[in-house]
Amino acid sequence: MPDAKTRRAAVDGWFTLDESAPALLGSRCTGCGTFAFPRETFSCRNPHCPGTQFEEVELSRRGRVWSYTDCRYQPPPPYIAAEPYEPFALAAVELATEQMVVMGQLVDGVTVADLEVGTEVELVLGTLYEDDDHEYLVWKWRPLDRSPAGAGSALVRGGSDA
Amino acid sequence: MPDDRRVAILGAGMHPWGKWGRNFVEYGLTAARDALADARLKWTDVQFVSGADTIRNGYPGFIAGATFAQALGWSGARVSSCYAACASGAAAIANARAQILAGLCEVALVVGADTTPKGFFAPVGGDRQDDPDWLRFRLLGATNPAYFALYARRRMELFGATEEDFAAVKVKNARHGLENPYARYRKEVTVEEVLASPMVADPLRLLHICATSDGGAALVLTSMDFARRHAGAGTLTTVAGVSTVTPRFPQQVIEMPSFSTDSAVAAGGGEGPTFKQSITAAAYEEAGIGPEDVDLAEVYDLSSALELDWYEDIGLCPPGEAEKLLRDGDTALGGRVPVNPSGGLSCFGEAIPAQAIAQVCELVWQLRGQATGRQVEGARVGVTANQGLFGHGSSVVVTR
Ligand SMILES: [Zn+2]
Repeated sequence: MPDAKTRRAAVDGWFTLDESAPALLGSRCTGCGTFAFPRETFSCRNPHCPGTQFEEVELSRRGRVWSYTDCRYQPPPPYIAAEPYEPFALAAVELATEQMVVMGQLVDGVTVADLEVGTEVELVLGTLYEDDDHEYLVWKWRPLDRSPAGAGSALVRGGSDA
Repeated sequence: MPDDRRVAILGAGMHPWGKWGRNFVEYGLTAARDALADARLKWTDVQFVSGADTIRNGYPGFIAGATFAQALGWSGARVSSCYAACASGAAAIANARAQILAGLCEVALVVGADTTPKGFFAPVGGDRQDDPDWLRFRLLGATNPAYFALYARRRMELFGATEEDFAAVKVKNARHGLENPYARYRKEVTVEEVLASPMVADPLRLLHICATSDGGAALVLTSMDFARRHAGAGTLTTVAGVSTVTPRFPQQVIEMPSFSTDSAVAAGGGEGPTFKQSITAAAYEEAGIGPEDVDLAEVYDLSSALELDWYEDIGLCPPGEAEKLLRDGDTALGGRVPVNPSGGLSCFGEAIPAQAIAQVCELVWQLRGQATGRQVEGARVGVTANQGLFGHGSSVVVTR
């Protein structure tokens, strides 16, 4: 595995590249406090607010799964899929402070069997795709309650659901 | 209901849905000619052409109104073309209705048609870093079924819906569409077959998700005065309400193709209606009716699970009771309020700019008693429900 690749963001300015504690970069209206992700630059989303000034804010790094799914078939371009294609899980995650839901892929290896509505997740950086020189990073969610017995507890959950 | 807020539907026409691979103009023309014949009007009687655009068929698709007008032969009619994603058809109906109600014309032709590529809908090509629809594919790999699946999973968690319920919707709609000559898929399926189809986006399987199709649909709308002068002795159907509402802030349900919902911190609590609930509510209000008056509905079953959401969003039952409505057979033909008697998107697949118009065509035929093999007996009031990408509501109330 060549290790000389440079890690860079797949999209500029949407998240910090802090490897240990990355965060999504959103905006907060200086008038009414409304958050937005990706950041708002022109006009506040709140129809009752005339605000046009926004501060850049790091959004909460933890949230709870609002709902989740996976992508069993390779998405069409412009998605850049690894060869061979590996299915991945997706979640919509509720952030309590911001009172909003943000989408994201789950980290590699997490499947829908590892998730429930309400599962607490944390933001990390993950590889979206690579070329010869670079690893392109994107934000991903990682479940917090993945104990060493993770697979076992997923089975127990499956049983109690029935 | 104030009489002058209604417009008459004198003609309805469709080209059968399929994967024909021909030019979309051909489907639109077939539908338009059928609608004109149904209305017993000539093309040259049309004063206003309202086209619903397709964005996957080059420039002629972006200016669909003029494309259809030229294909029918330039007649000097006024023209408009509009795009509102899956709601384009309703937007085109709204444009035509406004012209008629404003007294600017008496006879309008509404046309939408599409030719679709194979597979998942992908964003329009190019490198477009400022387009959320492009970015959700690039950064998330989030296909349309992935968003539908988020709602389906949420329904399972909140209300105890099961994969079998979603499959039962598919089985019902497949049965409804069997005799519909315009439907693309006319074959019964079993719950077992649905549950054995490949998983696409957990918990949704291939047979839970609607296909993309070619098709065309058209309506001839006229003023009520014109209809009284011109219409024959048959049942006259009318557009009694049209909704093209946007969501209200803060939108708290994640919507395709967004990366996030609105933040609710400034909204000061107080849960208002969701976007989907507000869509038909606005059409009911215009029509002066409520959901209890509805005899049948055509709703956008992009996934079988989404049809259950619509039962609640259009007011057929309170939240959490859609599964009961389905299991009791209330929404099947012969039930209290049949939903998707046409077979729905399940049997049609989606032909984007034509679909909302096709929903209205079905209501017209149902209310006239012409829906052979799928007739809802004695239907007087029907409603359509649908939603276009980026916040376009779409609902039409049809009465007789
Ligand atoms: Zn504001």
